[in-house]
Formats: sequence, C-alpha cells, structure tokens
Amino acid sequence: MYVARSISADHKDLIHDVAFDFYGRRMATCSSDHSVQVWDINDKGEWHCTASWKTHSGSVWRVTWAHPEFGQVLASCSYDRMAAIWEEVVSYMVPNNHLMIILQTKRATLVDSRTSVTDVKFSPRFLGLKLATCSADGNVRIYEAPDLTDLTTWEIQDQIMTKMSCSCLSWNPSRLNPATIAVGSDDANPSAGGKVQIYEHKVNERKWVRSNMLMSITEAVHDIAYAPNLGRSYDVLAIATKDVVIMRFDKKDPSMIGSATSTRNTPVQLDHQGAQVWQISWNITGTILAASSDDGVVRLWKANYLDKWKCIQVLKGDGSSVSTMLVQPKDPPATNKGSSLPETSVDAGFMSSSPKFSSFFSSTSAWLGSSPLSRQGRHNSVPVTPATSHVTSGFHIPLK
Amino acid sequence: MAAHRREVPEFSVSCPGSSEWYLSSRWGQGLKLSVFAGNGKRRYLDGHADTPVVLADHPAIHDIRWQTDMHHAATRKLAAQSHEIFTSLQKHTSDSTEGTRKPQLVKFSRRYRVAMMECIEDLRKAASDSLVDEATQEECDSMCQLFQQLELIWNLCEILFIETLPGGVVLQHLLDWVKLHFTEADSLAAKVIEASDDEIQVNEEYWSAVYIYVLQGRLPEARHLLSLHPDKQKDVHGAYGKIDELMRRMPVFGAFSRQTLAEFDLKWRNWQELCQQLLKEGVFVSYQRLENICRILAGQQDVLEQFQHLVGDWYQLMVTKLLYTNPMVKTMDLQYHAKSCMDVFRGSSRLLALDQILFAALEFDITQIIKISSATLSNWWFVAHMADLLHHAGQLESQQLDYGATMREFLLLEYASTLMAEESMWQIVIEYLDHCPVFGRHHLELFVEKIPLKSERKAYKLLKVCEERNMDDQAQSLCKVMGMKALQEERLGTALTWCLKSQDASFASFLAEKFLTEYSLKGNFSNLDLIDNLGSSMLVSDRLTFLAKYRDFHRLYEQGEFSEAASLLLSLLEANLAPKQFLLILLTDALPLLELDTIVFSSKQTSQLLMCKEALLKWYKSEEYTREILPKKSKGHIELEKEKLELLQLGLSRNLSRALLEESVRN
Repeated sequence: MYVARSISADHKDLIHDVAFDFYGRRMATCSSDHSVQVWDINDKGEWHCTASWKTHSGSVWRVTWAHPEFGQVLASCSYDRMAAIWEEVVSYMVPNNHLMIILQTKRATLVDSRTSVTDVKFSPRFLGLKLATCSADGNVRIYEAPDLTDLTTWEIQDQIMTKMSCSCLSWNPSRLNPATIAVGSDDANPSAGGKVQIYEHKVNERKWVRSNMLMSITEAVHDIAYAPNLGRSYDVLAIATKDVVIMRFDKKDPSMIGSATSTRNTPVQLDHQGAQVWQISWNITGTILAASSDDGVVRLWKANYLDKWKCIQVLKGDGSSVSTMLVQPKDPPATNKGSSLPETSVDAGFMSSSPKFSSFFSSTSAWLGSSPLSRQGRHNSVPVTPATSHVTSGFHIPLK
Repeated sequence: MAAHRREVPEFSVSCPGSSEWYLSSRWGQGLKLSVFAGNGKRRYLDGHADTPVVLADHPAIHDIRWQTDMHHAATRKLAAQSHEIFTSLQKHTSDSTEGTRKPQLVKFSRRYRVAMMECIEDLRKAASDSLVDEATQEECDSMCQLFQQLELIWNLCEILFIETLPGGVVLQHLLDWVKLHFTEADSLAAKVIEASDDEIQVNEEYWSAVYIYVLQGRLPEARHLLSLHPDKQKDVHGAYGKIDELMRRMPVFGAFSRQTLAEFDLKWRNWQELCQQLLKEGVFVSYQRLENICRILAGQQDVLEQFQHLVGDWYQLMVTKLLYTNPMVKTMDLQYHAKSCMDVFRGSSRLLALDQILFAALEFDITQIIKISSATLSNWWFVAHMADLLHHAGQLESQQLDYGATMREFLLLEYASTLMAEESMWQIVIEYLDHCPVFGRHHLELFVEKIPLKSERKAYKLLKVCEERNMDDQAQSLCKVMGMKALQEERLGTALTWCLKSQDASFASFLAEKFLTEYSLKGNFSNLDLIDNLGSSMLVSDRLTFLAKYRDFHRLYEQGEFSEAASLLLSLLEANLAPKQFLLILLTDALPLLELDTIVFSSKQTSQLLMCKEALLKWYKSEEYTREILPKKSKGHIELEKEKLELLQLGLSRNLSRALLEESVRN
C-alpha cells in the first residue's frame, strides 16, 4: 500500500465528502467553505481542478454524481437547508485550439427542507433520474426529473416522514426489488427505537411505504450503504453505527433479516472496538468495505471465500495536526445545536473573520411570504423550531 | 491455524488534521482509495456546523493504492502473456482426453514459468537501469526477488502436482529443480576459469564450486572441474583417478529407463559400498578435499553439517541428503525428510513464508499453499494462476473441498480486481471474469459499465463485448451514455447513431426535434447521409419518422418528382406527426409546388391543404399558443409568418381554380 499522489485541494476549509464519477475519472469535493470542486484526471494520472464554484451558503455535506446516461450531473446538499442540482456545460471557446471552458450551471434548487439536508443520492439508473434527500427534521424526499432533456424541472414523487432525525440514506442497487431506500438516523437516544428504516416504493399505491425498521440498531447511525449487487440471492446493507453492522436481506422477502435455518444470515458486526463509525464506502464490486471511525482509523473489511469478514488493512493518520482553530463568533452562538445559520453577508466571503450569527428567535415570517425568486430572507431565519414545522413546504417544485 | 494468524497490516498516511478531524475515505476504480481528513457529520453534531475552520494549509486528498504489482511495465507484459496462456488453457482442457491431458498441462505450466522468467529478467534490467530513480529501482529489485521465489515454488508444485511421476520416484526432478534455481557453483566455476591463464588457480572458490556441484549431484560438472586441477596430471597416488572413476560410475535412476527399482537399488548399494571401502582403505588420506567428496558420496551425514554454508537452505540440504542416502524416496515421504532438514536450518527460529509454502507443498497440502501465499505474498497473480492450473489438473477437487472450484474462482476474481485499477488492462480483466462460472458474470456486468468510454472506437469495442455476452442492459446503457456525450459536444449525427442503437424513443424524439429546429433556423440539414439511410430504424419514434419522411420529400422535390413529393407532403400534414411549430414550414414548402406550370395538387388535395391551413390558424388562436409560444416570437417574425400565410392562401385558391378547371376539361 502506498500513496500514489497527494492532491492539494483549493478548499479553504475542511473537506466533507469526495465523490468519484461513475468511471472514477472525475472527482467532486465539497467543503465547509460552501463550494464544490470538480477534478479531472489526465492520461498521466494527475488530477486537475477543472471547476470550482460556490454552491451553497452553508457547509456542503455531500456531493454525488448522476449516472452518465443523464449527462454530467451533480447534486449537493448543505446545511443551508437546500439541495442543488448542477449540470456541466462545456463551451469550446476556440475550436481549433481545443480550448475548453467548463461551466457548472445550476439547474434546480430543492428548497423543500426546513432543516439541514444531510444526504443526497441519485437512484440507480434503471429507475430513471431520481434523487433522494433526507434532512435533520426527519423528512425523506424523492424527486424525479420527468424530462431528461430539461433538468430544471424536478417533481416531488413522494415525501416520507420518518419521525427521526435522518443522517444518511442509500438506494438499493438491485433490479429485482421494487425501488428501495434505507434511511439511517443519528438520534442519540438508544431507547427511541431502531435507527434504520427501510422504505419501498409501491407502484400501485404510488407511494413509499415503510417495509422494515431494524430494531437491533439502537445507537446513532451516521452512514449507510447497500453493497453493489453481485447477483446474490440477498441484499447486503452496511450500517455505520458503533462498529459496522452488515445486514443481509432476503431478496424475495426484504423484511426478512436472515432465516433461522442459515447462520450466514445473521448480522455481522465488524469490530471497530466500539468506536463510532462515521463513514463507509464499498468498492465497485462490493467485495471490500472501507469504514472510518472515531479512533481516527480507516479499516478495510473483506469477506473471504467462506464468507468470513476480516479486517485486511488499517489506515492511520500520522497523528499530525495542523494549526486549525475554530473561529469564535463575537456574539455567542445559538444555544440550540446545529441550528444557527449564517447571514447572507457570509456568502460574499465566508472567510471573513467575524461571521455574524443571527439570533435563534429571529422572525420566521420574513421568508414565508417571500416569492420564490427572492430567497434572501431565508438566510435570516431559523425555521427549525417545532412551532414552525407545520408550515407547508416548497414553492419551487410543483407537487404532483 | 495459529501459524497463519497475522496481524492486520497498518499503513500510515501523512494527513494534516487527521488527529482532530479523523480520516475519511472513498473508493475509486479498482484498488484505489481517496483518503482525506474531515468529518462534517461530527462537526454538525458538535454544533459547529458552519463555524469556519482556518486551515494553515489547503486540505489534501491522498490517492492510495495497493497491489499494483501488475501495473509495472515488466509485469504488465507478464499479465498479457499469462492471460494468453490462461485463455488457451481454458480452451484446451475442455477438449482433451485423459491420456493427453497431463503432458499438455505440464506444457502449460512450463509456459507460465517461461513468462515468469522473462519477467524476472526484465525486472532485473529495470532494477539496474540508471535512467530510473532509486525508488523504482528498489521496487523492481524487490519484485524481482518476489518473482524468483514464486518461480521456485511454481516449479516445485509443477513437479509434485502436475507431472506426478509414475511410481512417485521424484529425486531426479528435485535435482533439476535445485540445479535450475541455485547457480552459485556455475558462477564460481566461471570466475575461476576466467581468472586462470594456462593453469587453473586452485583456491577456496575453486573448491567451493566443486563441492556445490557434488552436493547438487551435478557430477559431470564436478568431474570437469577436477580434471582441470594441476595435480591431476601428476596424480602419483591415483587419488584423482579413483574419485573420477567413482563419480563416473554413480548409478542414476531415470523414471523412464528400463531398469526396475530393485535393479537400481542393487547397483546403488554396490556403488556406495565401493565408496565406503575406498574411505576405509584410506586412499584419500593425504587428499583431504577428495576425501570430503568421497564422504559426501558415501552418504555420511557429518560431512554435510560441515558444508552447511555451501548447501544453501534446508530444501537444498534435503535434496542432497536424499540423493546420497535415499535416492528412491517416494513423494509421499518427502515431508518427513523436509521436517528434519528444516530443523537443522531453522531450529526454533521463525519460519519464513517461503519455508511454509514449500513445506506445505511437500506435505501435499494445496489449500495451505494457497492460504499462505495469498496471505503473505501480496501477489494474486501467482495464486490465481496456480489454483487454476491445479484445478485443471484435478488437484483442487482431490483435496475433497466442497469449495474447491469456489476457491479457484475467488482467487481469479481477486486477481482480476487488482487489474481493474489499470485502465489499459480492461480486456484482460473481462476474459478472466468470463472464466468464473458463478460470480464472474455479475462482476463483469458491474465492471463493463465502469470502463471509461474515452473514444468512439473503444465504445464500439465494448459494445461488441456486451453483445457477444448478451449483456443487453449494459449495451443499452453504453449507447445512452455515448449518445448523451455526443449531444453535449453538439455532434447531433453521432448522438443519433448511438441513440438508434439504444432504441431510446424519447431521446430519438428529442434529437429529431433538434434536427428540425436546426433546419428551421438554417434551412438545411446536417448529417444528410445518416438521415437518408435511417431505414426501418426511423420507426423508433414518431418524430424521427417524420424527420426521415420530410427529408424524403426534399429528395423527391430535388429530383423533380413533384407529384410524389406533393402527395408525401400532404400525408405528412395529415398524419399529424409533425410538431405544431413546424406546420407552417410544411405548408410553405407546398408553395413552390403550387406555382408550377403543371398542376400537382388535385382539387381534393388542395382542399385538404386548405383544411390544414385552417387547423394551423385555429392553433394560432389557441391559449397554448398565445401563452407559451407567441411571447417568444419577435415582431418581424410574426409579420413574416403572416405574409407567408397570405401567400399560401393566394396560391391555394389559384391552384384550386386551375385544378377544378382542368379536372372538368378532362371529364
């Protein structure tokens, strides 16, 4: 194992997510500096940043690529309560010189969420161009682009109330099942029930219905990922909680977790010594799982031909720290965790040394009446309180 | 087994900030991970979701890889060559009978070894290449050593499992094995001979060479070297002559010679008795060196201990011992001898991976060989090809493992996945996956989709791969991706070609519309040859059918076949295939036909045209038009349209009167 190369990203803050495109030849990064960068690899294997733009007015949590059948399309989600869809527009400036300018054009903003959007994922390609988002207030939304040649229109196919704070979601890549999504919750209260729910799309009823809740997962879940489908008779779901849990679901009856007759179907616990696992990722054939945990270590897990899981490699940071510091706001930040949003002024230069934070109880009415086009008002508001949660959502996207 | 419990290897990434923000990782293609410091979720839960962090340096992403053994120039060649051998092996064994199978397998095994040796040679060259940097040189050097070990193991496995001699008398092959891999004596001898002018220099090196030759059982070489000794000429006591005679007469058992084991045994005993006798007689008393040789020949153990430094390693010691004490040893007894020799060399110290693998081979424990090799050698090439070869030799199954075939497939899949990260090897990966009966297909489906489509040519090649394997879904997806890519680069013709392959109706309609828009803006079509030759594929979508037919109309008109053109135009108008905005263009196309000297539209047809025109006017008044389309049109454009309509009205009425007149005359 060796470091083939290190890329210095031009982000001004920590990177939260790195997403490879379908072919692994493009890479998108997103950061707390509100921006997304796209990197392309050349034939020498060097990465070059080909686009960098401001996407949100808050930390960008996740970025993800759509299948190339739909063009070069990216989605991002952020603390600013929005998810956005971007499409690459290539313009050839001087045709003979092959001088190429790549522009990322915002195609749509999905503004239905009233809290931080924690995860965003495109569906497997055979379901068409669909996008699922989940937010801290427990809503999972499934959007669909009805016209693939015009990505400015996205319709909400369904909105699921999970009644738990959602942190992550994953589409089942298997074609045999109806469309299925697993959603994880980072609710820290172990007695609040299972932290993973599985939803299935009922075509006849035209809605998403909960098919399963994993009661055995009681600790907070921070990432969740179905393994790429390998023609198995079961689906494999990896759950990042305290340790990693690998679950198997019978394809014929997804609510069945294993069966009494076979020990192969019992959940497998991948030992991270009880540390909180934050993030997991499967390789393309779904044979190795990379999981990073609280102890600062990335572990690679692999099942051998007898289907026993083994840790095959440990990746450690060298423990070096950089002179990072949290910039303390002058005004005391809001007492409620994760609920304060920056003002619009932060948009202009997020590095400004004294970002102001709005008070928690500032008016929510400022944006309720505003037109879809002038959304500046939203930045001042903090619509997370239960009192405001009854407000009907979304003015951009027509509900079907 | 406790001996093979190993610690999980650790790798340290120099990643600033990893202590505060942990490491995160994402998979790339193949065995590639991107590792970076940062964890948004945790920050969010800490309540610092949007509190900026000032970094002293830009955050870094580390591209981490492993198992890249086969990505080097020299090993890539090995990958390509072994792939060829592998595929022909799969074909061959399926159509050969039991009798011819074994010699063929031996041939395949040798071909693999030839490829390995070539690779070792290339690596050796690369390791001493002054043009490359030191790190690469070191890497090549260590890979060179690895492959030398692998070749050593392979050769032993070939002797024990593939060649499987009749009667199990294996010594001759083991001697060849040692001779092939440990050539120290040859280089010593060459050095001695080169350094001497007329008379040979008798020094330590000279004797070392002679001893090693004797220890390895290479008596002709030893005799040759001894004959060069200056004392040989004035051999007063005849000692040199006697030892030469002894060595010459040593019986050798050939597996395919006619003598029986019993005959050989008798000869052997006689010969060794002679050795003992000469020693007893004290023939070599004043020739210490020659006496040593004779003692080796007589099979005396203590002398071997004295020459331990010349023997090499335990496996060489084993072969020497067997040669002079037990030349008819059966393969089944090897493990016993191996154990005792290993004790001499290793004692209580830890066994190396190579020791364990060789010992497992001598124990005939194939599963163990593969287990240890895959755990310690970090090279899937060896185990994958070895397991496949053993599978074809029927050895994996004879181990009575119900997962024998599964193991072979597992290893082949592992090997294939180490190649996936190297883009240029995609064809090789596909062929390996083809030969994995259980999971290969599914891996293939996932892999094929992920091969970057860098050029049209590569895309066509991949399409063929998909079609040959009936992977319709992947083929269709590939065409859609290529179509979308061409569209983004504004190559409409290419986009349409790919679209037709994927039979994607909505995309075809979208493209057809693009062509029509292009026509209404520029007044001509691009990609004429494509549109003219659509054939039955035009039926993919209505819009595309319209496009093709409309182009037909143009052609008929150009060829002067006006009446056919006219009826085609009319049927296009009536079939309602055209987009509404295109109706006016169609009607305007009728104008020149109306102005011809001869009448091409009959009175009936003219009234149909009139009806179409009325329908268009009606649409112009519809809400849909006034709301959505009218605001987009410029004033000049609307004027122009109005003018066209008036001209049309005039032309139509004039034609109607002419047609009526002519029709009445004819009747």
